[in-house]
This record gives sequence, C-alpha cells and structure tokens, in this order.
Amino acid sequence: MKLSELKQGQSATVVRVGGNGAFRRRLLEMGFLRGTDIYVEKYAPLRDPIELILKGYHVSLRVEEAAQVEIENPRTGGAP
Amino acid sequence: MADKSITVALAGNPNSGKSTIFSNLTGSRQKIGNWPGVTVEKKEGRLSAYGYDLTIVDLPGTYSLTAYTVEEIVARNFILDEQPDVVVAVIDASNLERNLYLATQLRELDTKVIFVLNMADMIEQRGLKIDGEKLSELLDVPVVFTVGNVNKGTQKLLSAIVSIAETGTKVEPVRKVHYGKDIEKCIDEVSAIIEEKMSYRPYTDIRWVAIKLLEDDKVIKDRLKYIDPSAAELVFAEVATRRDRLRGLFDDEPEIVMTDYRYGFVAGVVKEVVKTISEHRADMSRRLDQVLTNRLLGIPVFVFFIWAMFQITFTVGAYPMDWIEGAVGWLSRQVSYLLPSGIVEGLIVDGIIAGVGSVAVFFPNILILFFCIAIFEDTGYMARAAFLMDKVMHLIGLHGKSFIPLLMGFGCNVPAIMATRTLESHKDRVLTILINPLMSCSARLPVYVLLAGAFFGGKAGNVIFSVYFLGIVLAILVGRLFRSTLLRGEVAPFVMELPPYRVPMLKSLLIHMWDRAKIFLKKMGGVILVGSVVVWALSTYPRTVDYSVNYEARINRMENRYELMMRQLPPSARDALRQERDQRISALEAQKARETVEKSYMGRMGKTLAPILEPIGIDWRGTVAVISGFVAKEIVVSTMGVLYAVGGDEVKRGEALKSALRKSMTPLSAYAMMVFVLIYVPCLATVAVIRRETNSWKWALFSMGYSTALAWVVAFAIYQGGKFIGLG
Repeated sequence: MKLSELKQGQSATVVRVGGNGAFRRRLLEMGFLRGTDIYVEKYAPLRDPIELILKGYHVSLRVEEAAQVEIENPRTGGAP
Repeated sequence: MADKSITVALAGNPNSGKSTIFSNLTGSRQKIGNWPGVTVEKKEGRLSAYGYDLTIVDLPGTYSLTAYTVEEIVARNFILDEQPDVVVAVIDASNLERNLYLATQLRELDTKVIFVLNMADMIEQRGLKIDGEKLSELLDVPVVFTVGNVNKGTQKLLSAIVSIAETGTKVEPVRKVHYGKDIEKCIDEVSAIIEEKMSYRPYTDIRWVAIKLLEDDKVIKDRLKYIDPSAAELVFAEVATRRDRLRGLFDDEPEIVMTDYRYGFVAGVVKEVVKTISEHRADMSRRLDQVLTNRLLGIPVFVFFIWAMFQITFTVGAYPMDWIEGAVGWLSRQVSYLLPSGIVEGLIVDGIIAGVGSVAVFFPNILILFFCIAIFEDTGYMARAAFLMDKVMHLIGLHGKSFIPLLMGFGCNVPAIMATRTLESHKDRVLTILINPLMSCSARLPVYVLLAGAFFGGKAGNVIFSVYFLGIVLAILVGRLFRSTLLRGEVAPFVMELPPYRVPMLKSLLIHMWDRAKIFLKKMGGVILVGSVVVWALSTYPRTVDYSVNYEARINRMENRYELMMRQLPPSARDALRQERDQRISALEAQKARETVEKSYMGRMGKTLAPILEPIGIDWRGTVAVISGFVAKEIVVSTMGVLYAVGGDEVKRGEALKSALRKSMTPLSAYAMMVFVLIYVPCLATVAVIRRETNSWKWALFSMGYSTALAWVVAFAIYQGGKFIGLG
C-alpha cells in the first residue's frame, strides 16, 4: 500500500521508500525508515501536499512523492 | 587585542535556531557575503572572549552531510578544507532524533565538536527529559544546553568552545557508528587499499574517506581523482566490486543501508538519553495549524496576511515616501539655487538627484516589506505559505516557496528577487527570478494609467487588469517553457519541514530586514547612480543643438510685446494678459525641450530604432520613451510628456498629453504599447539585482534579451492581429 492512499487521521508503518537515488536518500535522512510510524495530520486545502508527523516532527510531501513510500498496517488514529 | 584566535563553525538543521545562537554570540558584528562560486549566503562574525579572538562562521542549514545539495557541499567543504578549530553542532532538542543524525555525521569527521541542545525550554513542554551527561558520555562530546531566543546558555557555550580549543589534541571518538559486520569489513578493506595506493591523501581520516567512497560520494571521488588520477582509478575499481557485493547482500544501494545503520545508531542513543516524564503535552503549534492550514480557512487567512502585508507596506510606507520625495525636491532646489545653471547643475539635479531619488523613495516600502517577510520566516509561517500554495506553483514546475517572491513582484521586483533567497534549489531560484519581472510592478502602473486613461475611458480599469492578467499568464507559460528547456532537471523533492511556530525576536527581525535593505542601498550608490547619469547625458548631449527656431529670441520678443500691451491697460486688467503671456511662453519652452530631446543622442537613438518598433505601433517618441524607461519604468510617462511638448501645470499637462496622444495613436497601438511596457527589459535596478542574486552576468543579460524579444513578439501579435480583424 502507498502512503498517498492514507486518509487524514490515519497512520501506518513504513516498509520502503522508492524513487530515484537523491529523493530516496533525502527521505531516509528525514527519517522515513523501515519500521517508522507515520501519521497523516492533514491534506493541504488544494488536496496536495500532505502534512505528516513522524519521529515527533511535522513534514510535508507532495502526493506524487508520498506515492513512492510503501507502507503497511494502516490504522485509524495513532496520533502522536 | 588578543593574540590567540579560534575559528568556530556553526552547523545544524534548518530551523534548529542556529542563526539565533549566531546572533547571540556575535551581536551585530557580522559580515554577510556569499560562499565563493555559489549563491549560498555566508555569515561571519567576530568577538573576543577569555583572551581569544573568535571568528564564528555560520554554515548553511542542512539535514545531512552527503553531497546532494549545494548547502551540504559548502558546509562539509568548509569543515574539511578550512579546518575550523571547533565545530558547534546546533541541535533542536525538541526534535532530537532527526537533529542527531546530522550531529553524528559531524562527529564522524576528524574535528572537535560541541553539541548544543538548543530550545531546551521546549523539551519540558513536550513532556520529555534529556540526560545531557549521558549523551556527553555516550558520544564523548561536550554538551551545552541553550535557549536561543532568551539568550540563555551563551556564556556556557563560549567557555566550552574555548576550553575544547585549548586542549591540544583532537578528541578521538570513543563511539563511532558501527555499520554491521559486512559493511565494516568493506570499510577496513577499502581503508587498507587507500593506505597502500595513495601516498598523498587530502584527508587525514582514512576510515571516513573509505565510508564516503562506499557511499559513492561524488565530491570526495572528484577530489581524489584530481590529486592522483591513476591511484584513484585503482581505488575506485576496488570500491566498485565491494559496492556490488554489498548491493547483492542487502538488495539495496549501500548508501541507503548505511543511512539506515546511522539512524539505527542515533535511535539507540535517543532511547538511552530521552525520558518521557509526562504524556500530557501542550502542542500550541499544532492547534494553531488547525486554523492556519485548515482546509476551508487556510487560504482565506493566507490571502488576508498577504493583503495586510501590502496594505502596511504601501499605506504606512506612503508617509516616509512623501518625506523622501520632499527632501529630494528640496535638495534639488537648493542645488539649483546654489549652482549656476549649466552642465554641472544639470548633471547633479537632473542626473544624479532625480535618478537616485526616484529609487530612494522606494526605500521605506522595501524596509517594511522585508520586515513582514522576516516575520513570516521567523515565526515559521513561510513554510505554511509554501504548503498552501505548492499545488498552484507546481503548475509552473516551481516549489510553493516561490509564491511569495512572485507576489512581491507586484510591488517592486527588486525586493521580490532578493526574497528568492528563501528558496533552496538553485534552479528554482533562477526560474523564479527570470519570471519575476512579468509580475507588473507598481512603477509600470503610471504608464498604464496614462495610456488606458487616454484611450479607454470608463473601461480603463478592465483594460489595466487585463495587462496584469496577461503578465501572470505569460509567467506561467514562460515558466513552463524554461523549466522544460533551460532549467531542466529533476524537480527538487518537496520534502519540507513544518517547524513549530515560534514567537519572533525583534532583534533578529531587525537584523534580517537590515541585511537585505543594505544590499538595496549599496545598489543605489552604484548601478543606479551610473545608469541615471548615462541616461541624463544621452538626453542632454550634444549641448549645441541647431534649433529650427530661435526660441530665446522669440521668448524675448513675446515678453516685450506683452510688456507694452500691459502698460496700455489699467492695472486691474493686466492679470488676464499676464496669464496669457505665461502660457504662451511655457508652450514655447516645452517646444524647445522637445526639440532638445529630439536632437539629443537619445532622440537620435529613438529615431534609429523606431523602425524596429513600428510594426508594433510605437513611433519614434514612444521608442525614446521606452528606452528612457530602462532607468525606471515610470520615466516613460515623463519622457512622453517632454516629447509631446506639453507645458503648463501638472493637472493640465496630464490632460494635454492625453489629447496629444489621441492624435498620434490608436486604442490598439496604445494597448500594444502597454503590453510592451509590461514585458520588455526589466528596469536597471532589477537587472542589477538579477546579476547580484544569480551571481552571473549571463542570467542578467539573458533576462534583458528574452523579455525584450518576448515583448516585441506579443505586442506584434496584438497590434497586427488587431489590425487584421479590423480593430484600430
């Protein structure tokens, strides 16, 4: 399942980040590692980008970028 | 004067409060410039403490020390090449895990490091407790707690810097990141190969070089290749086989696996030093965002903030603007009065004072605008603005952060282009700068008001709006075009941190504002000064003009004639006659001024170039006007006034000019000229700032060339197309 398929207020666990080298590396450096829990705080008013919470901080990703992040165990809630 | 000196580099994540720590250490004694060869801002400050002269260098904020962005390369090269005595890793304590990722990378470099846990007050608010001693012990590094925005812990940091600098030997890290059995084996092997093959090595820490080579770090590879090409090739070949082996083992790129290990190490440290003391947290920032980036309210609130910013800029700015205008007028009157009229007086009054004065009046606006931008930046709202507008900007292939600079362009392109400094990607910056002049700045408005007022009457407002709108449409088209040709390449990933909101510090707001305003002032003293003098000279020389009529003699004759006529009348009836005389004289003087300009170099240039602009409906007078508009767009209006030889007071002149224009232009050619003025070459100040901000004449010249060509093409299409379908 992709991170971009989550709805506002849902959370999930990262399996793997796809995409090209620079993008993957960037995301990993920002903490998108296997096993990390991610919570979808909200979508922007124009439905793109997404605001996420992970490792205790807020970060935003475009929907197309979030589609590169593979996740598992989607669940409702789990707000940090 | 102390005899010992220490160089300190400040490193840290964006939003870690690094600049605040920098200001706390150095006060206002800072020097701002660019890092050599790139447009990344370099800040340096000095202070004396404990008998040492300290030089503090603020490195660009980065999330990592890999070589993916210019900022990262700049920061890393400074530490490796300049070898500062101490590196201070500024860490946002409320966001420990991600910040430690960079800090441990700094720790891996062969240098003395101090960890500063900044925003220590936020830790408790988040219901956490950090064991600084444990952290210090685990990583064998001094740890200092600070609260940057209330200037707490600065003295402790200073004494830690001095005491670590005094210890002669570099501290050997007790604990380094352990990359697991397989990777560690490769690191050892590669280290041995480097030691064997490369006799001269640019870096002392061989393990670090081995790690970087296994990560396929381009900057390090280039450096080795430069120093010893043949040995480097041998080493690279060995590294390549090991990278292949690791790729096979982990089913992923080695650098990705190593990032994983590094984070794993950091997570272990965090687990040992952070304790959760209460589950209850007051997260004001998150609650604030429930309104400020709310699906329904987010955009209206944003629009309101922008509206307020422009209101404050132009209404509050109008007062000091009047004062400066008054002062400029007073100054030129004084100079005219003191100096004998002639070439020196002309140079100073019409060239220097008028030219620099026309730009100086914008200074208060620029100060206020930059103050507002500094508030957006320092509170953390700028990231939200980018979050809200990214979808729109993405249409042009730009980042959400480009929205604010483009919007500011409607006020004045100069501060707008300076505001692109908030963009991280160089390509995004250049693109935003190139399309910025298409946002119709306030100086172009007088031109539209004149032409639309003369030809479109009650529809003038709609016509002017259509010109603004055309600018926006062109910006989108041109932006997309450049994005897919000149500035192609991977669109930088959006991945943007939304830092917690913070109450800004007045001192730092003022410093931010002043840093940028200074650039504007410097430019006025340089390029604008020279440019105004050149345009003045072009429109004044040659001094000896063969006038078609002897104006002096005519004016004299007229004065004498009226004098005689007035004597024959009773004093009460003389007023009407006097008025008539003044009007006729000022008409003659206006004719003389027109002929002076017509026969000046500027006029000759206009007449020579007129055939080029003829197909778009602009005659030689319009041509001269748009050439003079290069100094500042609003000058187009005053030049037209001179060339149509309209005299009288301000109000009458405006009306007279409009009726004169109606005789020589059509609504269609007027609209074509408005469009041309919208698009053609950016004003001198804008060109100067483009050169400065892109650090290249190439982009400045390109901007001048493409805009003028585009202006001609669009105006041609409008004028000829309009004629074809029977308008005008």
